[in-house]
Amino acid sequence: MLNNRSDDSAANARPVSGSLDRAETRASMRHLKNGDGHIVFSLPGIKCGGCVSSIERALNARDDVVLARVNLTLRQASVTLAGSDTDPSLIVDNLARLGFDAIPTEMGDSDTYPQDTTGRLLLRAMAIAGFGAANIMLLSVGVWSGAQGQTRETFHLISALIAVPVVVYAGRPFFASALSALRAGRTNMDVPITLGVILALVLSLFETLRGGEHVFFDASVTLLFFLLAGRYLDHLMRERARSAVTGLARLVPRGAMVRQNDGRFAYVRLTEVTPDAILSVGPNERLPTDAVIVTGATDLDRSLVTGEAMPVTAKPGDTLEAGTLNLTGRIEVRVLRSADESFLAQMIHMQTAAENGREGYVRVADRVARLYAPVIHILALATFAGWMIMTGGDWQASAFVAISVLIITCPCALGLAVPVAHVVAAGRLMRMGILMKDGSALERLAGIDRAVFDKTGTITTGTPIIGVVPTDPAVRSTVKALALHSVHPAARAIVMRLSDRPAHIQHVNDVPGFGVEASIGDRRARLGRSDWVAEIANGPAGTASPAFAFEGDTAVSFDLTETLRPGAIKAIAMFERSDIPVTMLSGDIADRANSVAGMVGISDVQHGTTPAEKIAMLDALHRKGHRALMVGDGLNDTGALAAAHVSMAPASGSDAGRTAADFVFLRDRLDAVPAAWRVARDTAGIVRQNFGLAIAYNCIAVPLAVAGMVTPLIAALAMSGSSIVVTLNALRLNKSEPSSPHATTSVDINQVPA
Amino acid sequence: MTILAILIPVTLLMGIVGLGAFFWTLRSDQYEDLSGDAERILFDDDRPLPAKNARPPAKFKETTP
Repeated sequence: MLNNRSDDSAANARPVSGSLDRAETRASMRHLKNGDGHIVFSLPGIKCGGCVSSIERALNARDDVVLARVNLTLRQASVTLAGSDTDPSLIVDNLARLGFDAIPTEMGDSDTYPQDTTGRLLLRAMAIAGFGAANIMLLSVGVWSGAQGQTRETFHLISALIAVPVVVYAGRPFFASALSALRAGRTNMDVPITLGVILALVLSLFETLRGGEHVFFDASVTLLFFLLAGRYLDHLMRERARSAVTGLARLVPRGAMVRQNDGRFAYVRLTEVTPDAILSVGPNERLPTDAVIVTGATDLDRSLVTGEAMPVTAKPGDTLEAGTLNLTGRIEVRVLRSADESFLAQMIHMQTAAENGREGYVRVADRVARLYAPVIHILALATFAGWMIMTGGDWQASAFVAISVLIITCPCALGLAVPVAHVVAAGRLMRMGILMKDGSALERLAGIDRAVFDKTGTITTGTPIIGVVPTDPAVRSTVKALALHSVHPAARAIVMRLSDRPAHIQHVNDVPGFGVEASIGDRRARLGRSDWVAEIANGPAGTASPAFAFEGDTAVSFDLTETLRPGAIKAIAMFERSDIPVTMLSGDIADRANSVAGMVGISDVQHGTTPAEKIAMLDALHRKGHRALMVGDGLNDTGALAAAHVSMAPASGSDAGRTAADFVFLRDRLDAVPAAWRVARDTAGIVRQNFGLAIAYNCIAVPLAVAGMVTPLIAALAMSGSSIVVTLNALRLNKSEPSSPHATTSVDINQVPA
Repeated sequence: MTILAILIPVTLLMGIVGLGAFFWTLRSDQYEDLSGDAERILFDDDRPLPAKNARPPAKFKETTP
């Protein structure tokens, strides 16, 4: 062991277990041209430089590693392996020993490391604009401090020579966006920005040629620099959230172990798995596609697929949907449909079809731009007309004033008002363990008027616990011993609940789909399905709960109950208190849905809903003009997540659910949902204040511009000043963290009538 | 004022050199892991990145407490 600290956490990290995992890891490795292998692991557990250094030291000390480099920002390790036949799962095992879960990421087939091209483009544009702004400002300061005649004209000329290429290069992101908006017959914030920048440039060129006194090269380039900074931060935030979401463990395998002609099983990529192929699915693996069991009995966890909370048993002939988790026994299944027609694919298809909850949503900035752009354009025209009349047709002077109105109203502060606030909010959410996909989601979350929760895996944790335990110590210790031999969730729950020392048992026999049998002394004992236990003992057969009995004795049954996610009651209460009605949509049976709803205090419950019904319900809400927040984790929620106004999924949810959701919360607690909502509302408030500030600035600057009193110096000061004020105001979001969220609010909750 | 004829090109040249240096850092992946690089300065092993396939000498393989 290289590091003492890692021993403590090693228990949580999972080494590569099954042959499927190993095969998948190997399939994620790319072969470099020089014969080495290259693989990128996502390491969600790394937190600081200490982790980086211990991982790099451990991996670089291995003989089969050429170079290992950890990226702390993206929480990834890029490992080059010596020779292309090195087994990368050994690296995963090594990382697990250090205490880190490593998930191989799919990097595509290209030989180059994928690069963030948009980010680089923005950064390069920002550097060019910064270079231009600094140099032009240097010359402008000379002009403002009184350079005259030839000197001034030379300075203007040099400024022009710098400004033209800089604006042409650094302005491209804005010009492209404005052009595409205009083509679609809309306006967005980039239209007035583009117009302002280009007119400032053209006017200044004209003035330079004419030998005029006022040029605005510095204003147009500085404006681009500020806006590019805002845009780059915005991009960085999205990129970070994206890499964090793709770093979460994939639940549905990318391939399967397929029986070959010679009877052996080999790893085959999912796209090449055809109907009627025979797959082998081991315990703790998910079905990659829809299939029917050929041999073997097992227990299945369908919670992600249908929302059923409790495990069900399965035997040959049963049909399984893609995404179902196999719990206990190894089974062989026959593929019914190829992966792109499976249940999973249908859900994803439903999701793309259902994305109308967001239809017609216009971002706040664009809504403001729709009002703002016509106003300033009319104002500029009116100024031009007014000055033509006043000066008796001096069109050059009139045009100069009119264009200076457009320059001064160019929405620098407005363009920064939203992205800066969103970047700060995203940082705050990330510290709370919530990832946000983009700024529009934050705006939509702030405006919700109802909340819809899924049950299994969202309000509940998805891992059942045991309600009542027997008192007899002999029974307890035997049950514990038997339960230790099974991976069934019920058995795990029993192990968690019973603290007794396991009894000494012999002849342990794990019967997948039924339970565990063993003998203690010369007495047989069974733990498992109640009717299977009833074969050797007297007791209630046919109940859903697992049972235990010694041979010939009376059976004891273990009732499983669902555990609520921590903070669930608080989360629901917080919405109810804020007059946001909460609905529960569950795919589970009525009994379980109602009992969970009772526990958390939800009165509006719909149980047994199919994925299509979930979408229909959210569509109906949307048509009635409601803005619903959907929180769900399962495959069956994917469509509903997309159909909702805004959606949230836990990190433990299905891959498709996490992709469909606008927000992903990484921690267990459900009160992340109202906490995110609160941040969204705070952010909306700050954005409104920012707009207020930007408009207040215009109210002062515009009359000066209309009166023809704006000089380039005033324009430069006003623009930088308003941008800085808006940015500082957005930074206040970091300060307004709720003072003591746990101590005070938990008292309030108890007073809320359930 | 003739001094300006020298100073302005010098200023611009310095700016362009800086810009070029920035592009070089961008091209050589120096902005890929900003928070990681901030921590790396604290690593106390004063040796270059391990050479290809070479195990570091045993005396450098100290553990951090």
